[in-house]
Amino acid sequence: VVSSDLRKTIDGLIGTGAAEAASRSLTELWRREASPATAQFLITSYNTIREHLSLRSFRLAILRSFTVEPAVPLLRAAAFTAGIDLTVHVGDFNAYAQEILDADGRVFRFAPDVVILAVQTCDIAPDLWRGYADLTPQGSAAAATRVMTGFCDWVRAFRKRSQASLVLHTLEQPARSSMGVLDGQSSHGQSSAILQINHELRRLAEKHNGVYVLDYDALVARHGRVCWRDEGKWLTARMPIAAGHLIHLAQEWLRFLVPLSGKISKALVVDLDNTLWKGVIGEDGIAGIQIGPEYPGAAYQALQRAILDLYQRGIILAICSKNNQEDAMEALRNHPGMILRPNHFAAMRINWGDKAQNLREIAAGLNIGTDALAFLDDNPVEREQVRMALPEVNIIELPDDPLGFADTLRDQLAFERLTLSEEDRQRGSYYAAQDQRLELLEQVTSKEDFYRSLEQEAEISPVAPATLSRVAQLTRKTNQFNLTTQRYEEQQIAELAKLADWQVVSMRVRDRYGDNGLVGVAITHQAGTVCEIDTFLMSCRVIGRTVETAFLSCLVEQARERGARLVRGWFFPTNKNAPAKNFYSDHGFELVTQNEKGSLWELSMSAANVNCPDWVRLIVHGGVKK
Amino acid sequence: MTPAIFLRIQGIAADLFEIPHEQVTPLSSPENIENWDSVQHLNLILALEQEFGILFSTEEIDEMKNLGAIKSLLERKLDHSA
Repeated sequence: VVSSDLRKTIDGLIGTGAAEAASRSLTELWRREASPATAQFLITSYNTIREHLSLRSFRLAILRSFTVEPAVPLLRAAAFTAGIDLTVHVGDFNAYAQEILDADGRVFRFAPDVVILAVQTCDIAPDLWRGYADLTPQGSAAAATRVMTGFCDWVRAFRKRSQASLVLHTLEQPARSSMGVLDGQSSHGQSSAILQINHELRRLAEKHNGVYVLDYDALVARHGRVCWRDEGKWLTARMPIAAGHLIHLAQEWLRFLVPLSGKISKALVVDLDNTLWKGVIGEDGIAGIQIGPEYPGAAYQALQRAILDLYQRGIILAICSKNNQEDAMEALRNHPGMILRPNHFAAMRINWGDKAQNLREIAAGLNIGTDALAFLDDNPVEREQVRMALPEVNIIELPDDPLGFADTLRDQLAFERLTLSEEDRQRGSYYAAQDQRLELLEQVTSKEDFYRSLEQEAEISPVAPATLSRVAQLTRKTNQFNLTTQRYEEQQIAELAKLADWQVVSMRVRDRYGDNGLVGVAITHQAGTVCEIDTFLMSCRVIGRTVETAFLSCLVEQARERGARLVRGWFFPTNKNAPAKNFYSDHGFELVTQNEKGSLWELSMSAANVNCPDWVRLIVHGGVKK
Repeated sequence: MTPAIFLRIQGIAADLFEIPHEQVTPLSSPENIENWDSVQHLNLILALEQEFGILFSTEEIDEMKNLGAIKSLLERKLDHSA
């Protein structure tokens, strides 16, 4: 299909109100030709169907020292295809410093979710750019210090005024050094000075919650410094980036917006034949398939390495393959070229059944929604069938040449993460233990026996610096057992925890099979004798094991110690949180009122109480904040 | 076969300025197209550079008074580079 036909198809689909199908075709069009004109076409089209799609609304402010306007439609179009409806505010030209320092200014009134600070080396440090040859080593050091002092002040001022995330561009190196090859002969040269600033920027970001670094210098280098810059447009329109590269800047921004807005895939489901290895195991046998350090097996090893990198990043892995299970398992266990082994996969569906059905079962087994799945399969027919049956699954389009598989996977926005907690690192092993727990459930007869046999321990603590990132992550990622689905950024949690009348607590659950990690979060607000539950959520990993009762009993007890006589909380229904629907009524709360948003429940503590199940051992740290 | 140059310009202009193809003519200019402001002018230049794989000089950009002028300019440039 040529693109003009695709556009007619899209117009037709929009005309008949087929919003989901139109969105898929728009994504396809964007994949083929990401250009300024196509971007405007996508924005116009999405504006007519956005209400009928489940898009995440997100607000971005870009503070800048150069013209970024042409990149904005490209970004908005790309964001739409990633499921994000982006509202963008662009700060005044080269006014970033004043805008950050002006607490009542337009930027903060815009109430952004995220702010990008895009400043060029030639603007913030002209002496380190064109004027470098004039500098003494002391002058160079002083210039670097001046730049970093500026960044430190802005970040500190920004944090005082806003809880939004902040993304800092690193400074780019010039394509041609002021000193020529002489620059490389000194450890105090131009290139070293800029490198040093970029290193300091990373340290600055590490010190502040919700501040991240976008390596603009690496982005420019990846595409070639000489090709990236358009000096003519810089001098005439203050737009320094060549036409063909604006899309790469927009894409790089989106790599941050996807994880920040929570539009991510939690699990990757992979096919086996001609995806993880070359050949068909059922026909070629273990000696016939190709996977190893030589071509063509090397392309598949590169893909396996990329998949293993995702596993280390906390992405859950699963297999869905049409094969005889014994054949496939033999290759997974014994082929010397395999990088991935059975223990890396939290679920396997190796059978001759329908892949969409297998994906549903994998999602159910992992306690996640099918919309949190990504699907990797070399066969376009399988991809299309899954797309038809489960349009919410993130289907990865692989190129025909296997040499491009690994890079395609590495470029997937849905696997980008901005923080990596200990939880993320351990996730794979948690899920492997989960399999054993389910086997136990099949062996024991009554649910109570099952609970007892788990030997569960719930450890409840106030949020601490070490758990801040995980707590915030849970509020953003948990959809199912989540009563109010309030989303918080790390720095917002940090702020709440500091307030005397707010309590932020987390729950860690252990059992005989190991540590489930930090899996529960509750945020409460106490005003006099009323304790209101703002957030109560649990990771799907521990749903259905009564630890929620243990957690609630602890909250109620702590509220009582603070002098509460009433505990109340809202339940806001969503498409996903049915598992939490009866939580309050099951625990003796009375319905107070109901409106179109949800229902308000109340527990009068003189009349009722919540008891911890005797099969959960409760460990409470930190006492009560009064 | 690639479509004629003006058809390609027309497609880009129709998208950028959000108007039907038939309203895009060689006489279309910032004077008679509402959405053709300075930001969209820059976007048009960038879109054409990307579409045709070329780079306009500052002098050439000054010549771009209407789509007809842009078409002649592109014909000249592409002819030279062919």
